[in-house]
Amino acid sequence: MTTQRVNQWFGRGWLAAGFVFLYLPIVALVLYSFNDSPLPNQWRGFTLRWYRALAQDHELLNSLGLSLRIAFATACGSVVLGTLAALALVKYRRFTGRTAFSGMVSAPLVMPEVVLGLSLLLMLVSVQRAIGFPERGLLTIWMGHALLGMAYATVVVQARLTELNPQLEEAAMDLGARPWQVFTLVTLPMITQSLMSAWLLTFTLSLDDVVLSAFLSGPGSTTMPLVIFSRARLGLDPSVNAVATLIVAVVAVGVVAASYWIARQERRRQHERAQAGQPAA
Amino acid sequence: MKPARLLSGRKALIGAPYLWLLLFFALPFLILVKISVSEMETVVFKDLITYRDGLLQLSVKLGNYVFIGEDALYFKTYVASLKYAAATTLLCLLIGYPFAYFMARASASAQPALLMAVMLPFWTSFLLRVYAWKGLLSDNGWVADLIIGSGADQLLHALGMISAPGKLMHTPFSLVLGMAYTYLPFMILPLYSNLAKMDLRLLEAAADLGASPWVAFWKITVPLSKAGIIAGSMLVFIPCVGEFVIPELLGGPETLMIGRVLWDEFFSNNDWPMAASVAVVMILLIIVPLALFNKYQAEAQEKRA
Repeated sequence: MTTQRVNQWFGRGWLAAGFVFLYLPIVALVLYSFNDSPLPNQWRGFTLRWYRALAQDHELLNSLGLSLRIAFATACGSVVLGTLAALALVKYRRFTGRTAFSGMVSAPLVMPEVVLGLSLLLMLVSVQRAIGFPERGLLTIWMGHALLGMAYATVVVQARLTELNPQLEEAAMDLGARPWQVFTLVTLPMITQSLMSAWLLTFTLSLDDVVLSAFLSGPGSTTMPLVIFSRARLGLDPSVNAVATLIVAVVAVGVVAASYWIARQERRRQHERAQAGQPAA
Repeated sequence: MKPARLLSGRKALIGAPYLWLLLFFALPFLILVKISVSEMETVVFKDLITYRDGLLQLSVKLGNYVFIGEDALYFKTYVASLKYAAATTLLCLLIGYPFAYFMARASASAQPALLMAVMLPFWTSFLLRVYAWKGLLSDNGWVADLIIGSGADQLLHALGMISAPGKLMHTPFSLVLGMAYTYLPFMILPLYSNLAKMDLRLLEAAADLGASPWVAFWKITVPLSKAGIIAGSMLVFIPCVGEFVIPELLGGPETLMIGRVLWDEFFSNNDWPMAASVAVVMILLIIVPLALFNKYQAEAQEKRA
C-alpha cells in the first residue's frame, strides 16, 4: 500500500518535472519579451518597447508575409499529397513498388534536413541549367516544404483512415455510389478532423523551417525563420522574444479555436445522426 | 466499363503521389550521388559520360571520398556527430521512458490531456524554443544559475560535458541538452502509444507467480516495449546526426558536427561536390538505423491491418 503511494507520487513528480522541462523555454521567451533590460540575466521592469520596435522592423515584417504565404501553400499542397498517399497505402495492400513507396513517404521524417535540402537544391540547379526554370524563390521553397509536409500529413491521415469502418464505404457502394461520391460523401466527412490537424501541423512546420528554406531560397525570398536564425546566431535579441511571444499567442489561439471547431462539428454530426435515427415528427 | 474506370482511378490515386516522390525525393538523391563524384569546372559540372573521338569516356572522381577517409578532421567530425547523437538518444530515453510509462499508467480521463500537453510544444516554433535555451544557459541565466548553485557543474565537468566549471553555454552539455529537449516528444510519443496498449494482465500474472514489481518491469514491460524503444531512439538518433540549427545556436567551437561541415562546404567554400560527398557518407552512416526504423514501421502497420 505504502509503496504504491510512493510510486504514484514518484510518477506524478516525474511527469511534472518533464512538463517543466518542455515548457520552461516557452515561458522564459514570453517573460523576457516584457523585460526592460536588453540582457536576459536581470529583470528590470515591464516594458512594451520591444513590441514597438517590432512594428518598425520592415525586414522582419516583410519576411513574415512571405513565410505566411509559403506556409499556406505548403499546408494545402501537403494535405492533398499526403491524403492521396495515405489513401493509396490504406486502400491498396498490394501494388508494384509499394515498399519503395511507403519508404519514400516516411523517409523525409527522419532524413537530416541538410541532406534533403542539399539534394533538392542540386537537382533544381541541374534542371535550371537544362531548361532555364525554375528560379530559386517562393516556388522552390514550397517544393521542399511540401515534400517534408507530405510525410507528416500522410502519417496523420493514415492513422485516421486505418481506424475507419470499411463497411460504411462498402454500404455506399452497394447503394450505387460512384467511387468519387463514396469519397466525398462518406470518407471525406469522416477524416475532416485529421485533415485539419495535418493542415495546421504542416502550416506551422513550414512557418518554422530554417534548413530547407536556406538551401532553396534565392535573393529576395528570405523567410522569417532565416531572419530570426541569423539574428539568433549573433546573440540575444529581445525583439526576437517579442516575435516569439506573438507567434506563441497566435498558435495557441489557432490550436484552441481549431480544436473547438472540430469538437463542435463532431457534436453536430452526432446530433444529426441521433435525429436521423428518430422517426419523423 | 466499370472495372476499367476503377482501375484508372486506382492508377491516378497511387500514381500522383508516387510520381511526386520519385521526382522530388528519389531523383534528387541520384543527382546528389552523381555530383559527389563529379568534377566541378568553375560553375558547370563535367558530364560523367562523354562521347569523344568515337569513344565513350567515363570520368568518375572519387577524390572527395578518399579525402574524407584520409582527413583526420572529417573522421573526428563524423565520430563526434555519432557520439552527440548517441548521448542525446540516451538522455531522451532516460527522461522519456519513465515519462511515457507514467503517462500510460495515468487515469484514462487524464491521458488525452497529458498527450495534448506533450504535443503542444510541437506547435510552437522549434527555432525559437532552441533560441530560448541560449538565454537560460548563458552566464547568469536562470538555469545556469540553478545548475551552478547546486554544484552540478562540477559533475558535468568531471563527465567531460563542459570544459570548465561555471561555463555551460557553447559546450557539449548545452548542445546535448538542446537536442534532447527538442527531440524528447519524438521519444515519448511512440513509447507512450506502445506502453498504453500493453496487456496489464501479464503483470498481474507475474505478480501471482511471485515476481516483485521491479522484476516484472524488467522482465515483461521493458521487453514488450522494445518496438517503441527502437522507434523512439531512431526518431531521435537519425535527425540528430545531421542536425545543423541546434549545434549552430547552442554548440561551441569544440562541438563540430557533420551538418555544420556540410553547410560550410556548401555555403562558405562553395565546394558543391565536396558537400554532396559529405552528405552521401552521412546517408551511409544512418542507413542501418533508417532500415531498422522502416522495418519497425512496416511491422506496426502489419499489426494494425
